[in-house]
Amino acid sequence: MSEPTVAGGHFLQARVRAVRDVASDVRVIELEPARPPQPYPSGSHLDIAVTIDGLPDVRSYSLVGERPVEGAYRIAVKKIPDSRGGSAFVRALRPGSQATVSEPKSHFELQYGRPDYLLVAGGIGITPMVGMAHALTRHGRPFKLLYAARTREQLAFAGELSELLGDRLELYVSAEGNRLDIDRAIDRLHPDGELYLCGPLRLRDAAQRAWRRRGRPPERLRFETFASGGRFQPEAFPVRVHDQGGREITVPKNRTMLDALRDADVEVMWDCRRGECGLCAVSVLHVEGELDHRDVFLSEEEQAGNRTILTCVSRAVGGAITIDTGFRADPQRQARPKANQKHHGSF
Amino acid sequence: MAESAVPPDDDLRRVPDTFTLPDWPRNCWYAAAYDVELKRQLLPRRIAAHNLVMYRRASGEPVALEDACWHRLMPLSKGNIEGDNVQCGYHGLVFNPEGRCVFMPSQKTINPAARVRSYPVVERHRFVWVWPGDPAVADPHLVPDLHWNDDPEWAGDGDLIHLKCGYKLIVDNLMDLTHETFVHQSSIGQRSIAEVPFEVTHGPNSATVTRWMENVEAPPFWRMQFEWKRGEPPGKVDRWQIIQFQAPSTIAIDVGIAPAGTGARQGDRSQGVSGFVLNTMTPETESSCHYFWAFVRDYNLTDQRITTLLRKGVAGVFAEDEEVLAAQQQAVEAHPDKQFYNLNIDSGAMWARRLTDKMIAGEAHDVRYERSAAEAHELDGSTTRVEATEADARRLGVA
Repeated sequence: MSEPTVAGGHFLQARVRAVRDVASDVRVIELEPARPPQPYPSGSHLDIAVTIDGLPDVRSYSLVGERPVEGAYRIAVKKIPDSRGGSAFVRALRPGSQATVSEPKSHFELQYGRPDYLLVAGGIGITPMVGMAHALTRHGRPFKLLYAARTREQLAFAGELSELLGDRLELYVSAEGNRLDIDRAIDRLHPDGELYLCGPLRLRDAAQRAWRRRGRPPERLRFETFASGGRFQPEAFPVRVHDQGGREITVPKNRTMLDALRDADVEVMWDCRRGECGLCAVSVLHVEGELDHRDVFLSEEEQAGNRTILTCVSRAVGGAITIDTGFRADPQRQARPKANQKHHGSF
Repeated sequence: MAESAVPPDDDLRRVPDTFTLPDWPRNCWYAAAYDVELKRQLLPRRIAAHNLVMYRRASGEPVALEDACWHRLMPLSKGNIEGDNVQCGYHGLVFNPEGRCVFMPSQKTINPAARVRSYPVVERHRFVWVWPGDPAVADPHLVPDLHWNDDPEWAGDGDLIHLKCGYKLIVDNLMDLTHETFVHQSSIGQRSIAEVPFEVTHGPNSATVTRWMENVEAPPFWRMQFEWKRGEPPGKVDRWQIIQFQAPSTIAIDVGIAPAGTGARQGDRSQGVSGFVLNTMTPETESSCHYFWAFVRDYNLTDQRITTLLRKGVAGVFAEDEEVLAAQQQAVEAHPDKQFYNLNIDSGAMWARRLTDKMIAGEAHDVRYERSAAEAHELDGSTTRVEATEADARRLGVA
């Protein structure tokens, strides 16, 4: 059988070399790919083929560190209670297990040459920041890394980072009453500095609002929010089906939009269920919050345009969306055209 | 042309079938002949795995009977028409248009059970349609809408092609016209078909694929027609293809061009040329079908020269499809372990297949077919033809 492909690269086999827990809910997994690992820009991730509910799926995990270590990629995986199964699948890997992984992919690359940097990590969002901190240190760039977690036990890589960064690392543990103040952190950043953020939706929203309020250029706020393969933590959201009288269907956080629509007897086409073939695409008429595009079918421009969503993998966050599934009651048998109105616009 | 009614005799309506479980619905109208094909002659044709013999009565009304004499199964199509009846060419039994035997040799009486199956038949839109399923539900209102084919506002003609592929492959072909770019480069193909986005909608019994190519060059087939109507070549045009599928196997494609920006998309096509490609496919076997088509236009309606040129031109285009489809069917059979991969361009075809498969599934739950399906499965693990059993006949009250 040929290797599965997802737009953007082939998958290959990898052997799990080591597994170790680095925080109460974070596990580092070292993967030795069948071909020597590639160098990658900091902020890169790996796609891992997983099986969820018996179906093939893909999950993305940021690479830990600036480069592969002794022939292995390192990823960090958080234990997610509501995981649709991706986290559970990957955490079940043991030394010697085989996994199917992509080449590293980069969507969150560090831009060199800025006068100042602010790195902000929330929880498992620390993973891409480890490599970035090493890279900035190596290049001697001014920066700070702000790392927030709920409890001290959840802080991963804190020892390594503290040793490397000294007072450039600031730890915030909310359970100890020590909260990250994103507004103040942004105020301390050089006016032409860049903010790199990886963390939960709420942290990202707060950072975006603070960034906007200060009139900073939006392209200097870079973010990535991996959670079960998406940019956002999955959350339940309402879908209004415009072509079915605006009927509202709630997509549970652990279920896909496609499944929720089908559960509600809304007919949609689908095939691959991997965000690949494009058959499950529906038109998006209105978005209250944001779309979390997780497919490989739409181009970046199409994803940014938010006019189409692939229901098999993508989600909405921060509010309801209104969609058109293309249902039209069967056209009436066309009346025999009259001489003066041969063409009417109905078809 | 007049329509003949469903055979009136109640127990004739409920003649048991050979209980096939094929890849097509049976309770629907299938085109069985082009109007010009059906004469005062016996025309044999296999329709949805039923062997039929068709002919016209003296009045012109079409008749469709099972093509096997009740007596020794001799094909009736080898016999002769006698008035409105058909006489078997072997021993001379005569059957009327309802399938009743009205003459037996060398006996004064006629066995009252003697009959062949008569199929509901309707002539409409220049096609003779037959209903291979349960005659009790054969509603003439369900004949697919191809009214353009005999509408005085449109002119054109078409033909019948016998194709060595399953009918669904033609549905796939017509529901996704991106193939025109690659299969029909010299006539109707152009790059923009494969580049311009399309919209797919679906209904309970229909699916529509709409594609507008705005401000493009007209391909040769359409440039020629524009010149026939307007006497000059077109500049840039807006071109449309609106593919309307009616389950299980009828597709009317609204096509045409108009000078760019003259409002065609908004509904005013008066500056351009419009046509309809009318298609209805009738399964013959699992791997062959009868493909009835017509191309009609909305301009120069009385110009017979154009009708002939277009019929020949479109036939040439379809010959290119014939080659592709036959090769595809062979490849399907040569790779039984492989499945189709579906792309976004297949969306219209996927909806069409889903609607058709729903009809098939709905009929599978018919008690008359369920038992046959189970028995077929026991026999060889597949769903193939099974003869009606005594039990089937009893259920139908015709034992």
